[in-house]
Amino acid sequence: MQSLFLIFISAFLVNNIVLMRFLGLCPWLGVSNRIGPALGMSVAVIFVMLLSSSVTWIIYNFLLLPMGLVYLRTMVFVLVIGTLVQFVDLFLKKNRPALYKSLGIYLPLMATNCIILGAAFLIIDYNYNFIQSIVFTLGVSLGFMLAMIMLSSVRERIDTADIPPSLRGAPIAFITASLMSLAFLGFSGLFGL
Amino acid sequence: MMIARRINAWKHFSNGVTINNPVLVLMLGLCSVIAVSTNVLNALGMGIAFTFVMVCSNVLISLIRNVIPDAIRIPVFIVIISTFVTITDYVLQAFMPVIHSQLGIFLPLIAINCIVFGRAESFASKNNPIASLFDGFGIGIGFTIVIFLMGAIREILGNGTICGKVVLGKAFAASPIAFMILPPGGFLVIAFLMGMRNWLSNKEKK
Repeated sequence: MQSLFLIFISAFLVNNIVLMRFLGLCPWLGVSNRIGPALGMSVAVIFVMLLSSSVTWIIYNFLLLPMGLVYLRTMVFVLVIGTLVQFVDLFLKKNRPALYKSLGIYLPLMATNCIILGAAFLIIDYNYNFIQSIVFTLGVSLGFMLAMIMLSSVRERIDTADIPPSLRGAPIAFITASLMSLAFLGFSGLFGL
Repeated sequence: MMIARRINAWKHFSNGVTINNPVLVLMLGLCSVIAVSTNVLNALGMGIAFTFVMVCSNVLISLIRNVIPDAIRIPVFIVIISTFVTITDYVLQAFMPVIHSQLGIFLPLIAINCIVFGRAESFASKNNPIASLFDGFGIGIGFTIVIFLMGAIREILGNGTICGKVVLGKAFAASPIAFMILPPGGFLVIAFLMGMRNWLSNKEKK
């Protein structure tokens, strides 16, 4: 059995969710123009992901597996995550207005974020127990935050640079991403992962 | 009447491939495009799976568009789309286990692909089934073309082969640009494909 630390490092650096697994590219490119919104989005992801991973883990292991309904997992997960996001949205709006205000529009965007659903599927693929899946989720969401902060800091500089017109916007961001991911390749083999 | 309808159908189809090209223009569904385009066969598998889901869900949603209450339309879309995704998932697992294991979690992730959702919301729920059929088909083919192109470029440069056959000579195949089939290569190829599209459209404007 892998130790928890290795699961965390693997999810955080070696198999970074954005740069190595290509999940969550839409929000990664969409809100990484400035560092402020990028941080807001990352915090929202960490928050919702910890909730959704525990809920989908419980549903999968205590409801779908014993009842032989594994083939319904895609539908159930999408619906559960969508409902959960709505629920969190309403709850925060009523009980924690300050936090709700700071998360702003990023919360509803969570429902179609492929990181959250992707992590739920990966946890099943890896056969993690509850503690392992929480640690894995933490690693994945912090890895997203790291990638988000890195790209947004670079993009603030790119804005003032002289770039060929056809490469402005998304293409140059992808070239940046490519270099970052090349750097992250250096982590493979770390601790024998 | 018949001719007008045919022209319309063609317009819906070709819009999906060019003006509304989901990947290069709308920049949706990038995750799966970059992730599974490491070789041509995977790319084609993903393209076909995606087109199937796109066409079926578009047609079904457009057939029942007048029955769905407006307030619960999103959950209804989710159920319809993920049903077709599950069908594709299990059919591929049964008949093409190799491609299925290569696509991994990106197959079930079609269920929340923003393209499928976007078309359901903005096209299928407002148009008749025939138009939706062609729209879905166009979007699917547009997606497949881009993912196929990426798969071909990455396989040729990163492996020296195409569909497993050696191109560019044996010497190149022995020491190819291996990083093209790794994650950084995916980002680089999509960046230059987008750049090329921008360059072409800038040239047209002039």
